[in-house]
Amino acid sequence: MSKALQQRTLRVEIKSLRRAAYFFLAPALIPIFIFFFVPALAAFLLSFTDFDIYSLGNFSYVRFVGLKNYFQLLNDPLFWKAMANTFYYVLVGGPLSIAASLGTALLINAKFIPFKKFFRTIYFVPVVTTLVAVAVVWRFLYHPRFGLLNYALGFFGIAPIDWLGDPAWAMPAIILMSIWKGFGYNMIIFVAGLQNIPVELYEAARMDGANAWQQFKGITLPMLAPTTIFVGIIAMINNFQLFTEPYVMTQGGPVNSTLSIVLLMYQQGFRWWNLGYSAAIAFVLFGVILLGSLLQARLQKRSEAQ
Amino acid sequence: MKSFGKIILLALAIIIAVITLTPALWMLSASVMPAGQASAFPPKLLPAQITFEHYVTLFTRLRLSRYLVNSLILSLSVTLISLFFNSMAGYAFAKYRFSGRDRLFRFLVAEMVIPAQVTTLPLFLMLNTVGLINTYLGVIVAGMATIYGIFLVRQFALSIPDSFIEAARMDGASDFRIYWTVILPLCKPILITLAIFTFMGTWNDFLWPLIVLTDDSMYTLPVALANLTGEHVQDTELMMAGAVITILPVMIIFIALQKYYISGIMAAGLKE
Repeated sequence: MSKALQQRTLRVEIKSLRRAAYFFLAPALIPIFIFFFVPALAAFLLSFTDFDIYSLGNFSYVRFVGLKNYFQLLNDPLFWKAMANTFYYVLVGGPLSIAASLGTALLINAKFIPFKKFFRTIYFVPVVTTLVAVAVVWRFLYHPRFGLLNYALGFFGIAPIDWLGDPAWAMPAIILMSIWKGFGYNMIIFVAGLQNIPVELYEAARMDGANAWQQFKGITLPMLAPTTIFVGIIAMINNFQLFTEPYVMTQGGPVNSTLSIVLLMYQQGFRWWNLGYSAAIAFVLFGVILLGSLLQARLQKRSEAQ
Repeated sequence: MKSFGKIILLALAIIIAVITLTPALWMLSASVMPAGQASAFPPKLLPAQITFEHYVTLFTRLRLSRYLVNSLILSLSVTLISLFFNSMAGYAFAKYRFSGRDRLFRFLVAEMVIPAQVTTLPLFLMLNTVGLINTYLGVIVAGMATIYGIFLVRQFALSIPDSFIEAARMDGASDFRIYWTVILPLCKPILITLAIFTFMGTWNDFLWPLIVLTDDSMYTLPVALANLTGEHVQDTELMMAGAVITILPVMIIFIALQKYYISGIMAAGLKE
């Protein structure tokens, strides 16, 4: 084969390979572009318009209003209430849930615990359940008179709590349920992280006379730091999207004590059809999640540098 | 002293297991109690007599079979379609060389930070314009392909030796044939994991079907259940039976395919 011919076949091959690559990519990338990327951009534009129920019938009613929706948000007490509630859920519920995951991971990873797989499966069961169904069940568990939880607390002399009816208790009740529902997931990731820690480290520490607590503080925690940050980012992103629990259990009440950002977005967008205003809320949510992710990514870099 | 601590910790593990299972067991138990028995003080843990009347009511008067079928159709089609599309794209990103590949992939991964809720409003308007609101297709389009799925398949396909592909190409196999007969079988573990994730994710999803499916006859089980609780606040036992039906299919899949599910989460967690 001459050199020129060789080069030509190579070119033809590369061209056909490239065509094959596009053939494989197109079925996935086209829907992602149309049904994810375009709507995300459109939402940004939508947040600068006064799109409402009248525009729904006739798009020509839509007017560009600049930053009006965002200014309106800043003056909307309901928005600030939803922000505060969502941050409450993220900042209290997230760390508690991760602590529960880490605690149970350590527990079922301990050498002397028998039936590890059995415990792991049981702890994991709530993760696979349907959130709506779980919320329906917990609404009854939280019943002030007939609920199992108040009955159980009664044995410890705790007076009945109106979990979902008391503005002070409604968000803690949602957090408690979320921990139950979700701790098994991160527990699995922590178990994988624990099994990746070299056993020699613990052996060396024991030779130096370190006790269990010193081993935990000196080896386990630092070695798990990357996993913890990873789990923390995912949990934060998910927790900011709180919606189903308040929608099913409290409809955002009592007195808006469980109104979350996404619930407010849903109500504004799909109940009152203020789509422009609702898109502005969605973008504030996006901004907050983005900031949180960047912050934790920086933490991760720092912990890796150490 | 040491073994005493061990007993305490074992007891703790058992107590946590009991607490974890209690809501699910109570749901099962209350679903077979005669009407009104679950609302008693002190609360009953076990039914005085077992009845299946609530399940009968759900499947006759409340047409739960309709919602069950809707949920099955949607979850199965989203799973099959996205598995096919994601695996092709993941394979292309892992094994084909084309200009801008890495930049395109990095761009896609960066997009994952956009929460799905942001897209719901314009997507609703788009689907409304083309008449896809209140159709199966309206729910499916949002899940036809996922960046996360492409990512998982790519990471897995990277470990497949190029020589396998070269050998098949020498034998004259077309690109699609190589994907179908060589790559897919090799990717089986990650595809099973991804299939379970997708099926459960679609089955359990709430916000998007709630927005797209506006007519009662199109509801999925979670949407129907949320709707029913509004009307049947007092019918505890009936609602528990509805919750059992909603959870049961995903629970069966989990128990049958646990190994793949849990190893998938472990792999995703370690990959950072």
